[in-house]
Amino acid sequence: MNMGSNTLAIAKREFRGYFNSPVAYVVICGVLLLVGFLFFFFRPFFVVGKASCRELFTFIGMTFLFFAPAVTMRLLAEERKTGTLEILITMPVRDAEVILGKFLAAVGLLCVMLLLTLPFPITIAQLGDLDMGPVLGGYAGLLLEGSAFLALGMLASSLTEHQIVAFFLALLMGLVFFMLDWALPYLPGGMTSVVEYLSFGYHFEGITRGVIDSRDVVYFLSVIAVALALSFRQLESRKWK
Amino acid sequence: MASEKAVITASGLTKTYGEINAIQNLAFEVRKGEVLGFLGPNGAGKTTTMKILTCFLAPTSGSATVAGHDVFESPLEVRKNVGYLPENAPLYTDMSVLEYLEFIAEVRGVGAAQRHAKIKRITDLCGLGDRLGSEIRTLSKGYRQRVGLAQAMVHEPPILILDEPTSGLDPNQIVEIRELIREIGRERTVILSTHNLPEVQASCNRVLIVNRGKIAATGTPEELQEGKGHNYFVTLDLGGADGAAKGAEAALGALEGASRAVETEREGTHVSFRLEAKGPDLRGRIFKLAVEKGWTMLELRTQAINLEDIFRQLTVDADRSTKKAA
Repeated sequence: MNMGSNTLAIAKREFRGYFNSPVAYVVICGVLLLVGFLFFFFRPFFVVGKASCRELFTFIGMTFLFFAPAVTMRLLAEERKTGTLEILITMPVRDAEVILGKFLAAVGLLCVMLLLTLPFPITIAQLGDLDMGPVLGGYAGLLLEGSAFLALGMLASSLTEHQIVAFFLALLMGLVFFMLDWALPYLPGGMTSVVEYLSFGYHFEGITRGVIDSRDVVYFLSVIAVALALSFRQLESRKWK
Repeated sequence: MASEKAVITASGLTKTYGEINAIQNLAFEVRKGEVLGFLGPNGAGKTTTMKILTCFLAPTSGSATVAGHDVFESPLEVRKNVGYLPENAPLYTDMSVLEYLEFIAEVRGVGAAQRHAKIKRITDLCGLGDRLGSEIRTLSKGYRQRVGLAQAMVHEPPILILDEPTSGLDPNQIVEIRELIREIGRERTVILSTHNLPEVQASCNRVLIVNRGKIAATGTPEELQEGKGHNYFVTLDLGGADGAAKGAEAALGALEGASRAVETEREGTHVSFRLEAKGPDLRGRIFKLAVEKGWTMLELRTQAINLEDIFRQLTVDADRSTKKAA
């Protein structure tokens, strides 16, 4: 038995589960409608006067605040509530495989959602000369930032058996990371660089400019790793004496 | 204490939730090929014990081995050897029966080549053949329970742990599931929990009665009943005099060999009693007593004390006497 196959089996089941229920359709439609509304209402591509996707990426990034809690809230909370978790983790799987498999399923759904936003940059490309570098960088950044939001959602879902509680907990955690840099002007000088470093916006900003800085990548990967590790601890805590 | 053929051993198993002792110092073993009935009232610690044996929970203290592996040290090895049906058969209701069993078989490590054959075999055995395409959410409680059994057995584990496998089923389904368990029990070791007594008599070859987290009795159903004596059911017409019923109860209880007598029913002047007694048949003595006291006897019959009585003695009566002592 190897680690990968169990993780994949769990990821596959979970991913299919999204489409067996209305969750995937409702959430993805919601996100696309919201992005479409912001996109055509503010028409950022005209304001700037040149073809660019930066504002588009900022809009999509904002929808993660709701997207991530909505798709992660059930991952562990529902299984704990209905008791299916008991069958799942009394099979020969490691707790880490459960966490990782479920996380991958959520990332898969994120990829589907991002693919479905492609018509927006294609529209922009029709209007003017679009530099593809920043677009690719922006999508890579969205994938990283989105995954970090999903990992936070996973952690929230591991803490409770109520999906609604998990949703709001994830929303709250997401908001904290999302809005940290808004607080910068009110903070004493010594703290700004630390807080700035911790905020999602600061790292995402760089990526949308088309610059993929390894520090930003490391930052998002660390957030994901820490959140998943904490979820793992939480799942394992049932076995503490 | 581990004998050679024991596939499950538990010693000093204790689990506390905060202040509450779910189980205290449980020690038992299950031999290969045994069907062990875990019997106890709700909240006696049956489910907790099963959760420990399947490595879902860790004991507060004590240890257990399953198939030769320690549940805390090597949970993965234990789980490979065990099929587990939790209480109420929690399943993924958004999947079809076939999808669900394929997922379980995959995670259980059944190779892709054998998967189809094994699923076919188990679904035939569990009577699910015609429901493979149904979504689990549309299935009745009885069918869900069968899917639960199928998922516990699809990988053909040597040990099965079933938490209330027949709860919520109708009488016909209960008979079917019991037959299924007996069938499985020929080749495998099974632990099943229940608070349903006929079930134990029907499917188990050994019984472990637990009450308040402790083992109250253990043995085969026959051993437990042996030497426990008889129940006598007496109905008398006492004419409705004040205190006659109390007097009759006391007189019956005072018979030699009687351990106690209780009034069970009263209908006008007719009063029924149940008398528990060991030793020689008391029916003649009861009849003579009735003649002596001038009671009109309407009914007198006797029955060997069954598992149900023993269970009640060990659980309800034991609780009452501890309460009195406290």
